[in-house]
Amino acid sequence: MKNTLRQIFHSPKFMTGFVIFVVILLTLFFYPLFNPGNPLEMIGVGTFAKPGTYVSLYDALNTSRETLRLSDADDNRLAKQLKAEDRVAMLEWFNAMGIAVDFDISDTDALLKLWDDNYDPATKPKGMTMAKRNYYKRLNNALLQLKAADEIVLADVNAETKALEETGKVNKTDYVNVGQVANVKLLPLGTDNFGRDVLKELVSATGTSIIIGLIAGAVATIIGLTFGLLAGYLGGIADDLIMFITNVFTVIPGFVLLILISYSIGQDQRGASVVALVIGLTSWTWTARSVRSQVISLRNRDHVNLSKLSGHSLFRIIMTDILPYIASYVVMAFILQVSSGILSEAQLSLLGLGPKTTEVPTLGLMMNWAMLYSAHTNGSWWAYFPVILTITLISFSLNLMNTGLDQVFNPTLRD
Amino acid sequence: MKNEAFKDRPLCLSGKGVTKVFGYGNKANTAVDHVDFEFHEGELVSIVGESGSGKTTLSKMLLGLLSVTEGEIFFQGKPRDISNRKKKKEYWQGIQAIFQDPFSSFNVFNKIDTVLLDCINMRGGKHLPKEKKIEMMTEACSFVNLKFAELTNKYPFELSGGQMQRLMIARIFLLKPKILLADEPTSMIDACSRATILDMLLQLRDEIGMTIIFITHDIGLAYYISDSVYIMEHGKFVESGSADDVILNPKAAYTKRLISDVPKIHEPWDLSTVG
Amino acid sequence: MAKTMLEVNNLTTKYVTRFHEDVYAVDHVSLKIEEGKSLGIAGESGCGKSTLALSLMGYYFAPLHYMSGEIIIDGKNISGMDPDTVRKNVLGTEIAYIPQAAMNALNPTIRISKFVEDVIRAHDPKADKKTIQEMAKARFAELGLPVEALNRHAVELSGGMKQRVVIAISTILNPKVLIADEPSSALDVTSQKMVIKMLRDMMEKGYIKAMIFITHELPLLYNVTDDIMVMYAGQIVERGSANEMVFDPIHPYSRGLINSILVPEEGTRTNKLTAIPGTPPNLKKPPQGCRFAERCKYATLQCRVNAMPMIDFDGNRSYRCGHSVEHLREVYGHEE
Repeated sequence: MKNTLRQIFHSPKFMTGFVIFVVILLTLFFYPLFNPGNPLEMIGVGTFAKPGTYVSLYDALNTSRETLRLSDADDNRLAKQLKAEDRVAMLEWFNAMGIAVDFDISDTDALLKLWDDNYDPATKPKGMTMAKRNYYKRLNNALLQLKAADEIVLADVNAETKALEETGKVNKTDYVNVGQVANVKLLPLGTDNFGRDVLKELVSATGTSIIIGLIAGAVATIIGLTFGLLAGYLGGIADDLIMFITNVFTVIPGFVLLILISYSIGQDQRGASVVALVIGLTSWTWTARSVRSQVISLRNRDHVNLSKLSGHSLFRIIMTDILPYIASYVVMAFILQVSSGILSEAQLSLLGLGPKTTEVPTLGLMMNWAMLYSAHTNGSWWAYFPVILTITLISFSLNLMNTGLDQVFNPTLRD
Repeated sequence: MKNEAFKDRPLCLSGKGVTKVFGYGNKANTAVDHVDFEFHEGELVSIVGESGSGKTTLSKMLLGLLSVTEGEIFFQGKPRDISNRKKKKEYWQGIQAIFQDPFSSFNVFNKIDTVLLDCINMRGGKHLPKEKKIEMMTEACSFVNLKFAELTNKYPFELSGGQMQRLMIARIFLLKPKILLADEPTSMIDACSRATILDMLLQLRDEIGMTIIFITHDIGLAYYISDSVYIMEHGKFVESGSADDVILNPKAAYTKRLISDVPKIHEPWDLSTVG
Repeated sequence: MAKTMLEVNNLTTKYVTRFHEDVYAVDHVSLKIEEGKSLGIAGESGCGKSTLALSLMGYYFAPLHYMSGEIIIDGKNISGMDPDTVRKNVLGTEIAYIPQAAMNALNPTIRISKFVEDVIRAHDPKADKKTIQEMAKARFAELGLPVEALNRHAVELSGGMKQRVVIAISTILNPKVLIADEPSSALDVTSQKMVIKMLRDMMEKGYIKAMIFITHELPLLYNVTDDIMVMYAGQIVERGSANEMVFDPIHPYSRGLINSILVPEEGTRTNKLTAIPGTPPNLKKPPQGCRFAERCKYATLQCRVNAMPMIDFDGNRSYRCGHSVEHLREVYGHEE
């Protein structure tokens, strides 16, 4: 036993999977401590805010300023202002005018210099529409303004005169310390379609999904194990009957059954645990079949015969002479069932048949939301890609652990 | 033909028309076909047959691990009744077994003490004081030349094949059944340790007056150890009688072929009679 | 003097286990077989006789490793060759090997004739299919195997027939040496006899020049081979002709093996069967002196300390023991 444990923890495959899984579990435990609160709270009003650090503009204006004269500030400002499509448009203009561009358009300095030297609002390149020419005029004005204006005037409405009165100015050289701004919000994975913090939601969803996987795996393993043990050990009519039920469940595609049951339960009744139970109830056949075949080969071993000759009861023979021999196998089956339970939940939720949407997030629900609000078409990768990555990691780590265990328990697979 | 030397002893186990058919309809396969036998008290009987002759099926029926399709088995002269678990338990007080493969005969998750304690419990010694139990286990182990003190808290797989088979005999020593069914107990053991096991079986028979049913494919071994020999072919007994009669003067063609095909030392082994 | 077909000098091979404890399963084994002769190797399970069979082919793969010594087949040294060369140039043509479970090696979905083709094409890729078929038919007829078997699948043949078919196929290229590792142990006595008869025929017809026959059944060896070698714990402990070994064993271990023979003959019942007590030593930590000393009733302190060399006596016999031949014969004489 001790030796087996030693082998398990020396198996590189098992250890890789185990470490990944433990890291995931630790994150689930510690992240909410640092970032408490309801994961489903809608903090953003718009949809799909990009990942990044958000600084409150209001608080920034009211924070004491320092003057910093940075030589590259203008350049940076221009570079940030000049979007990728503007650069492409400028290149198009140069091409239309027959001016050679022998540098990379990401080089802001060179691009602007060439623009300043050559652009004239009066020229009409051949074949260019009025609208396009106006676009270039606006672009040019914006660039000029950015270079010319030194300050932004802050004004407020005077309560008596109802006129705007200058209350202050913000200079180009004014800076505030981010640490002194009262409200800064870090959103490492942005927000989703409802304006919720994706990372916080993801951590909470991973926890729920793992619990769903565990419940589904436990239910499937217990049912499969009981049926497999009884069918394999008793044989005869009991075997035929149990295998008939198992075959019926096997021929009906499990996923279709899952969809039908989930649909008939109805949206209101579907909590996370109900979904887990349904997944467990439809995925036990594989375990039952494999446990049965293992038990049949064990049943004819001499130690079982000797145990019978010693007058032991059926229950005792199953518990002491059969179950310990297939325990490692059952553990491996359980791990696989957990992994497939998590995947089933994701599939089910993606179709909109997952748990109720208002209570808890699950990995599948997050995918569902991202899909419904077209995150994949409008480029909001942060709403679905981290979810896919998490599902992959969990199922990868569980399968790695399973393969590692298999190599330890099944000597023919050792290399 | 019967072994005359044992005909006055009381019958221990006998059978009339014992048959086992596996499957039904077109797939019916008769493994044991209407066999009659009489095993007397204290007799050592060998059932010799090649693989597929049905000897293992017969042994499982004798043990009550397989049901009998047709015919009846008599235990101590009375029809055997193993219709429920209580009666089965009673029957198994009277008949026990040693199997071929010592490595699969033990539950590898149970310690050796558990195996032996189980036997004491089965003989109704559940409430004996601990010292008494240890004394009994020590006695059983010393009977088979094992030291109980060295075996406690060990697992069966830490022993060699020969030691495991000896432990099986210690188990029989504790159970003291009327009949011991030994199913090829030495076929997985090296020839040079075989004598130890055989000697212990013989000694055990003399000590507790047990009937031993010895199942084997090795006709030389059967000849060495047994009083009576039953030769089995395709589920039927083709010849039976005292060991000397059957082996030295075989009557049935099958027995003659079997004996002539075994390589020998003093007599020539005639390869020209093949096929 | 007859030509030497196989000569092995001080061959040592080892197994490397998972926890890097080396097991020297074949320890300085030397042997020599002349043309037309057969050699039997006897010993109990775990004595290294099957490992010796694998080592003799020169075809090593993990966990078995070649350490030292040489294997010379008909004047050609094959020791230290890389496995690929051995597979292409030695196996099948110089040396052939038949394991106990050979009959289970036949893929049940393929006809027997296809195996023959595979074996021949492995050495001669351009071989014509028709020639191969003719060759196989002729060989099967010569060995008394039904020619129809060539068109059958393995599942349609009985165990004994499968074993004989495998032997016929693996010797179709007329290897010089055949190594048979318990080729008949899983079979019934009648099939066993047929296998033995076929091996004999092959020797007589010259399909194989020499044979090594490995088994734990001494009565079988006595009837099959010219010489017998007894192995114990990776070493050879005694070698002699079959007759001498069975009726006049010198090494205490060989004597123990001979005394445990049971055959259905008159006298078997009256002979006292003796057992050798104890178990073979653990080859991960072999004893310093004689490896049999632990179980030997004649062992002295010297036996436990000094490693034993092979000693020649009576012309072509040799043994590995600390006592003199005369002393042992005298002791055995007193016992009877």
